[in-house]
Amino acid sequence: MAERTHAGRRPLWLVLALVYGFLYIPIAVLVALSFNEGGLPTVWSGFSLKWYGSLAANKEILSAALNTLIVALVSTAIATLLGTLLALGIEMRRRHGRALEALIFAPMIIPDIVLAIALLSFFSMLNVTMGLHTIVLAHVVFNLAFVCSVVRARLKSFDWSIVEASSDLGASAITTFRRVTLPVLLPAVIAGALLAFTLSVDEFIIAYFTAGAGRASTTLPMQIYSMIRFGITPEINALATIVMAVSIAALTLSQRLNRTVAP
Amino acid sequence: MAPALAWLTALMVVPCGLVLALAFFRRGIYGGIEYTFTLENFGLAFDPLYAGIFLNSARIAGTATLIAVVIGYAAAYAIAAAPRRLQPVFLFFAVLPFWSNYLIRTYAWIVLLNREGLLTQLLRWFGYHGEPPSLLYTEGAVITGLVYNYLPFVILACYAPLARLNPELGEASRDLGASAMTTFRRVTLPLTLPGIAAGAVFVFVLSIGNFVTPALLGGGRFQMIGNLVYDQFLTANDWPFGAALSMALIAIMMLLLTVQAMAAERASGRARTAEGDAADG
Repeated sequence: MAERTHAGRRPLWLVLALVYGFLYIPIAVLVALSFNEGGLPTVWSGFSLKWYGSLAANKEILSAALNTLIVALVSTAIATLLGTLLALGIEMRRRHGRALEALIFAPMIIPDIVLAIALLSFFSMLNVTMGLHTIVLAHVVFNLAFVCSVVRARLKSFDWSIVEASSDLGASAITTFRRVTLPVLLPAVIAGALLAFTLSVDEFIIAYFTAGAGRASTTLPMQIYSMIRFGITPEINALATIVMAVSIAALTLSQRLNRTVAP
Repeated sequence: MAPALAWLTALMVVPCGLVLALAFFRRGIYGGIEYTFTLENFGLAFDPLYAGIFLNSARIAGTATLIAVVIGYAAAYAIAAAPRRLQPVFLFFAVLPFWSNYLIRTYAWIVLLNREGLLTQLLRWFGYHGEPPSLLYTEGAVITGLVYNYLPFVILACYAPLARLNPELGEASRDLGASAMTTFRRVTLPLTLPGIAAGAVFVFVLSIGNFVTPALLGGGRFQMIGNLVYDQFLTANDWPFGAALSMALIAIMMLLLTVQAMAAERASGRARTAEGDAADG
């Protein structure tokens, strides 16, 4: 019997192997080629870190990386604060309308291109000079929605009676928040912030439309896009590997934090 | 709460409202916008030139959706059938690529598909010596890129209902003499349809509104609605038409999501009846 079940499952393992192969082989090839000394996409000529070295010497890429870091850090900070407060506001009040739900859900599902052109029209009609600050304004929109949803998930299982207990024992509202609510929420808040950071670092379309003219506010994805359009270079492979490593590390950490808070 | 809601209102609701309004204005003679009411931006969509692009992008997005749903459902089914403690791990690794940079994932396919790429090399190795086939800049490359990028989404959407599926339903069906195929077709598939539909809606909408994949893997030869929107805002300078196109995108999404919600409602009704029947039987 067990034998038969095992045999029956074999096609399923095959499906999994094929799907994960499809998902990971392209990425694996890219990462492998970034360490290829000769830089040719097809001939392996030995392990080397020289393409990473040439990245470090490329001023355009460094300035784009710095821009991305600024945008991601600032937009994550604002979004984490606003998103957490929003989540607390919604969950403490318990009763809320469908319009509010739709408003918070919208930034997560609206196609990027639509939000991108909407913000471009909006900023140019108001004659706002576009640059890194407008990218930050735009990134906070979707980032705060994601932070809010992560924190809300945690609040759903939050036992509000400990807050009451704290105030019954004479703690002020601020003390209660600092000593009771925040420690419980913190892992979810950090998980949300890491998610927001990843999304912001990787976001291309909205940044592309709200960066304004000129090279000064080029972000890393914008830089990658223009490099890709000129063709394959070993530098892109190296850059892609670093960017992927950063996102994957941030996301894995975020997942872990989220799991430790899950009931 | 108020600052966040103010932020969303000022930087999402108002700009989107602006785009909606823009769609009803006329394009100025030298670009720019002329503030007279018109419906001709929506009429333009029926111009043979644009209608062709619409049909083309609907076909490409439709094909990508179909392939992604078939592969994604099979993967979700296999994950749901795996030992319980392995399931979160499988799921995590299925979704992980989704969170890495979209451009990089698309670029990975340029590396594989270009004339000197790995696939050509593989063909040579198998003894093919003619002119290298052009794999890049084809419709197939665009579809592959879309499937690759959105597959994790479908896996996630299909996994949820599959994991929640009551195994007793399948057993009941088999006990009553149905073959595995019939059980799948009459029990499993209808009950997990909402997940499939949710995944399909997002793949379709994101594909049809995409401009990056057609530009990079299609070499600009295959236009999607997303490319049209891009052109209207950044090169052709016809903002009202671009606005009308993006509102059309939103309308398609809302329509499909409504259909999906109706399917979900029907399926949950069906699940309750089925659970009741299984309990009785």
